[in-house]
Amino acid sequence: MTTAEFGTHNWGMVVDVDKCIGCNACVIACQAENNIPINTQDRVERARSISWIRVERYWEGDFPDAKARFIPIMCQHCANAPCEPVCPVYATYHNAEGLNVQVYNRCVGTRYCANGCPYIVRFFNYWEPVWPESLRNHLNPDVTVRSRGIMEKCSFCVHRIRRESRSARSAGTEIADGAIQTACSSACPTSALNFGNFNDPNSKVSKMKEDKRHFTLLDQFGTDPNVIYLAKIDADKKVGAGEAATHG
Amino acid sequence: MQQRRELDQVYTNRKLLNGQLDTPKWWLPTVSILGVVVLIGVIVIATMINKGLGLTGLARPVYWGLFITTFVFWVGISHAGIMISAILRLTQAEWRRPVTRAAELLTVFSLLTALVFPLIHAGRPWRIAYWIMPYDVARGIYPNIRSPLIMDPVAISTYLTGSTLFLYIALIPDLGNLRDRTTGWKNAMYTVLALGWRGNPRQWKMQTVGGILLSALMLPIFVSVHSIVSWDFAIASAVEGWHSTIFAPYFVIGAVHSGVSAVVTMMALMRWLWKWDDFIRPEHFDALARLLIVVATGWLAFTFLELTFALYGQDAPEIALREMQMFQWPWNALFIVFFLTGYAIPVPMWCFKRVRTNIALMFWTSILVNVGMWLERFLIIVPGLARRTPFVYTWEAYTPSPVEWTIFIWSFAWVTFLMLLFSKFFPLVPLFEQKESQVFTDDVMIGRAKVPAIVREAD
Repeated sequence: MTTAEFGTHNWGMVVDVDKCIGCNACVIACQAENNIPINTQDRVERARSISWIRVERYWEGDFPDAKARFIPIMCQHCANAPCEPVCPVYATYHNAEGLNVQVYNRCVGTRYCANGCPYIVRFFNYWEPVWPESLRNHLNPDVTVRSRGIMEKCSFCVHRIRRESRSARSAGTEIADGAIQTACSSACPTSALNFGNFNDPNSKVSKMKEDKRHFTLLDQFGTDPNVIYLAKIDADKKVGAGEAATHG
Repeated sequence: MQQRRELDQVYTNRKLLNGQLDTPKWWLPTVSILGVVVLIGVIVIATMINKGLGLTGLARPVYWGLFITTFVFWVGISHAGIMISAILRLTQAEWRRPVTRAAELLTVFSLLTALVFPLIHAGRPWRIAYWIMPYDVARGIYPNIRSPLIMDPVAISTYLTGSTLFLYIALIPDLGNLRDRTTGWKNAMYTVLALGWRGNPRQWKMQTVGGILLSALMLPIFVSVHSIVSWDFAIASAVEGWHSTIFAPYFVIGAVHSGVSAVVTMMALMRWLWKWDDFIRPEHFDALARLLIVVATGWLAFTFLELTFALYGQDAPEIALREMQMFQWPWNALFIVFFLTGYAIPVPMWCFKRVRTNIALMFWTSILVNVGMWLERFLIIVPGLARRTPFVYTWEAYTPSPVEWTIFIWSFAWVTFLMLLFSKFFPLVPLFEQKESQVFTDDVMIGRAKVPAIVREAD
């Protein structure tokens, strides 16, 4: 479970798999928000596409009772992240707000972090990113365009967190629960993705993660993720907490 | 005691300095061809740095491929030097004498080559300084010493420094010898390099003590270098094929296996190319092959242990990975070749003295071992990453690109090229060691009596 040893904020996400309809709106929203280069056919075929969040399809049950399920997977912002200790230059580290941050300027591109990540949510820039001329002016000015040779991954839209924290600080108020939404969570039509502060016991995500359906992905690695999943409710049979975690 | 020819010092000097004092006919064409290959390799490396790592075949989830395999391979080869010169020196194995320099040289040059791979395989090699070199104290950002990638350059640069000093100390008496036999700019070069060597007892004592001290100092490196390289993999808790506690000793013994085999290959080449039949004799191959039987069998035991440890846990992903590594195309073909060349063909052959003393057979079997040892690293690194995780999004295979193969071939050409360049200026067999071993077994006249002056048993 997430630890509360951070300061006032411990950002995290609760993903209700039961609500996910696999529409991929989160993927597109993230792509647009975070200046991710367009995944052309060539890049997808060569397994070099970049998508900070992806919707995985998996099968549950054996044929003929197999059911297709969807699960959105992004950087889990593990409190005990396997990617962090292996980086020789501290390009990835854990900050005081529970985020696993990637510092592009420090990264030399050893790709060691990507080998360490069991969720395979870290992406390498094999080439300099390019956009079609028509999209040049659509880049988000708040987000760095990553050059070639470095790693990138979901940042929990850290620029949105910073923007809200700044305005809250200048107004002298606390950040209201739900004031910060990541691109994916604001695009999700079914509210499957919920972003918030785990350190606030009254926040929406803190209450949601107490649901008995909660589980974390690949918990055998002891990574202690900040992304909590709520299992799919099967209309035909009773699914207990964590059962979906063993999907293969 | 082995049967050997009485070799006088003039003959020894003339024969062993034939690379420096004359140029063998094959030298220039060979070096030119290798030079062209090296140049092509350098151009390809430069292009890759200029265009980006997109030129490699790497793709999610295989982020490390041929380059890291070849890096581990060359670090493994480098263990030859320390094994042969340091350990055999400290244990006073007499048969090491003609082999020491070649082994040390192989260490230095293979380390220099190995170092290139992690650097060019980084996404932004121009920022390497930031990782390995002086720390960016001004911004308070220190390298992360928890990362094995920080320990790697530390271990390798220590090893390189130690080996270079070791090589140089052993070279000084021969440099004095060359200084006395050359004229012109060569003489000037050897004069500077020989550091005023006169061969007086005090200098000999210092040279010997220096060599022994360095041998002893390098022993910890013998254990540390490949252990640290193995931790690059062993600490990745989420990669089933990598996360193993046995990796450090497993890699070290594998490195000795491949390193000593590389020395055998090199000795056979030296014997043929410079016609040093009197100096590099079948008995040396015999001794190395006996050593290799022990090392290879120890290594095989570790290979089985690694497999046993992996399967003992009955962990489904671990079992799936092993199944893929051994039974799924194309890994199964590689696995069979790896097992045959790494152990099953060479080691039973070495059990026969006729094979051990047959230079051609030793040459080919030692090459087989290194084919196998390269495949061993490949089979650990690549299938480990290419395993099928629970996420179908990442089920992709890895095929090395022509760029990677070219750089792989470059590394072999580069080591051979450096070696041949070295042979033009410095003797590959230490003259003084050779003469010392003669002295140890010579008969000397004391008054009228002919007394065998055996300081040490020469076998």
